[in-house]
Amino acid sequence: MTQTYTNHPAYHADYLALAEQLTPDRPDWLRELRAAAWERFDTLGFPTARRGNERWKYTNVRPIAQAEFGLGAADGNGRPDLPAGLDVKPSFPDFPAPWLNLVFVDGCPLAGPNTGDGAVSTLADALAAGNGIAESVRANLGRHAAFDDDPFVALNTAFLNDGACVRLPDDSPEPVFLNIAYLRQSAATVAYPRTLIVAGRNTRLTVFESYLDANALVDGGNGAGVSDAAPRYFTNAVTEIALAEGAQVSHYRLLDESRNAFHVGTTRVTQARDSSYTSGSFARGMALGRHDLSVLLDGTGAFCSLNGLYLTDDTQHMDNLVSIDHAKPHGISRLYYKGILDGRSKAVFGGTVLVREDAQKTDAQQTDKNLILSDRAEVDSKPSLLIYADDVKCGHGATAGHIDADTLFYMRSRGLDPETASRILIHAFASEIIDSVAQPEVRDYLDALFLDTVSSKTLPNLGESGAASGNKSGTGSGSKNPGSGRRLGGD
Amino acid sequence: MSPILEIQDLHVSVEEQEILSGVNLSVNAGEVHAIMGPNGSGKSTLASTLAGRPEYQVTAGYAHYRGKDLLEMAPEERAREGLFLAFQYPLELPGVRAWQFLKAAADAGRQHRGEEEYSARDFDRMLREKVKLVDIDPELVRRSVNEGFSGGEKKRNEILQMAILEPTLALLDETDSGLDIDALRIVSDGVNRLRRADNAIVLVTHYQRLLNYITPDRVHVLLDGRIVRSGGPELALELEAQGYDWIKEAVEAGESL
Repeated sequence: MTQTYTNHPAYHADYLALAEQLTPDRPDWLRELRAAAWERFDTLGFPTARRGNERWKYTNVRPIAQAEFGLGAADGNGRPDLPAGLDVKPSFPDFPAPWLNLVFVDGCPLAGPNTGDGAVSTLADALAAGNGIAESVRANLGRHAAFDDDPFVALNTAFLNDGACVRLPDDSPEPVFLNIAYLRQSAATVAYPRTLIVAGRNTRLTVFESYLDANALVDGGNGAGVSDAAPRYFTNAVTEIALAEGAQVSHYRLLDESRNAFHVGTTRVTQARDSSYTSGSFARGMALGRHDLSVLLDGTGAFCSLNGLYLTDDTQHMDNLVSIDHAKPHGISRLYYKGILDGRSKAVFGGTVLVREDAQKTDAQQTDKNLILSDRAEVDSKPSLLIYADDVKCGHGATAGHIDADTLFYMRSRGLDPETASRILIHAFASEIIDSVAQPEVRDYLDALFLDTVSSKTLPNLGESGAASGNKSGTGSGSKNPGSGRRLGGD
Repeated sequence: MSPILEIQDLHVSVEEQEILSGVNLSVNAGEVHAIMGPNGSGKSTLASTLAGRPEYQVTAGYAHYRGKDLLEMAPEERAREGLFLAFQYPLELPGVRAWQFLKAAADAGRQHRGEEEYSARDFDRMLREKVKLVDIDPELVRRSVNEGFSGGEKKRNEILQMAILEPTLALLDETDSGLDIDALRIVSDGVNRLRRADNAIVLVTHYQRLLNYITPDRVHVLLDGRIVRSGGPELALELEAQGYDWIKEAVEAGESL
């Protein structure tokens, strides 16, 4: 498998080094999978916004490619220590029993807080397990997240080492709650978290999957106030989820990486008949973030509800690419994303709903709404429908607008100062997505996290008139209407 | 005692166009004034200017509220000082719970007066009373502010806000427009219950019918940005019977002299 030539010598050296370190009891099929993935990545290379590459049209990953992030010290089978001062318990989502925890630092599992059982374990442990578990992993790993056309999935698979594994046997009666925290610690490195979830027939699972900066947790401030020290690193995560007939999975994913971090995440979901998949994708700003979520409704009567909320500021960039593939009849899909953009940040939303010829009686709705707090922020929102069946009900829409000047005046006329009024409006905008989270403990956690961000925001750009003290004559700036006619929501 | 509202020679422009051209008005405590006039005469501009709408520019004159320069104050300061505008077109606030919004508004005024914020329980109790007072569906305060409300519900919600904030000066901008007779009666009853010896109400209206339910002390006719006639309640009846044309003609004749 040694190549005489590679387009990516730094990654290739790391790839070979990792192969050396991996314990010999890793199965052959995994080595072969990794080798094939490496070759595929080496051929594809990092994506560019070249003509025709719609999936990467608005997101430039050259900074990731040029940085050539290497594996850190915490690779191989090492068990890293937590950063000094990090108290795991209160610093990241610490949900009460029956929640189980799997915590990783720079891609490697922590021994301490992990409370997995037979159905929930690290991927490495699952690969070493008997009772058909390793076979089940083999049957699913890399099957749902194909790397043929996707260099980041290929790269993640080439470096596949460890991660979280959930395998709920058919008809398991008890619902399972799992908190997976992928912490990052080391600057200038890359981690390749991998999550595999196989929800058997009629099982129920709730997963909270978070990507966090361990350094910010030490400061205890949810990343606030540490922007100068925020490390630059790269996380390339892949999550595969398979739902058997009648399975119900709620999957919440939080991106709260360092403000200087790069994150490319891929989630691939395959749904069998009558299964239900609910996702909440939450992202607070990082230098460059991308979440590519794709759901295949591969059985009659499958249901998915995909919600998302992204906050960006400064020069941050957040890209959500969401695809729903209705392959079978009577499927229902709901897609609802919201963004709040400030500073010179940029958000990309690409939503595609594909309704195949066989997928009659499909009911699909997708919506993306954006609240823009700054004149210099930008959103590229592209919802699209591809419909090949004739008896379907589908709709889509996208909006982008500022805080409406008339609305703000209405609130001020009731005694609220502009800052308070704006915060209330921003929070109301975000809470529609947060409120869709079914578990109260998760909802409260997210609400606090995002409300915290909203509260620390400076007054959005209201123009001089909006913030002026009164309507006394003189300056001539008072006649400008900062709302510029675009009204948000309520329509 | 000085009047609650004292307006002298008020000139207001919107986007460089003059809408009010020298309005004089004095409103004392305990009084209800009605400002009537045809569409485009500047009635709503007057109300919005007094409430501090930013895009309305005062180019001359003054407006004093309880002896203070009203025009120096930000909209929220005016509100905290006891001025209230019932909007002609109340805004919808999707996702903003009415309860939260009303409490924030009430607390802003209390803080301004150096009082404690409401406890949730006290606010609940007060809110229940006010809901009863203005005869509003209690379900409405459990929803987002005005979201999906009918026109009548929105107007009633304005009166509820007025009842909660207990303003010293209430400006009602065409609160009667778009209401059926039942809703009109409910809104009027609410306003009448809020009349006190130490506050004042200014009704801006196009039609006389509201004045069947709320009897004003003074009626003013606003025409082309100026108050051209003032009188007692009988002036409203005259306008109802004869329309605005005779006043227009009289004014034009008067001005040409």
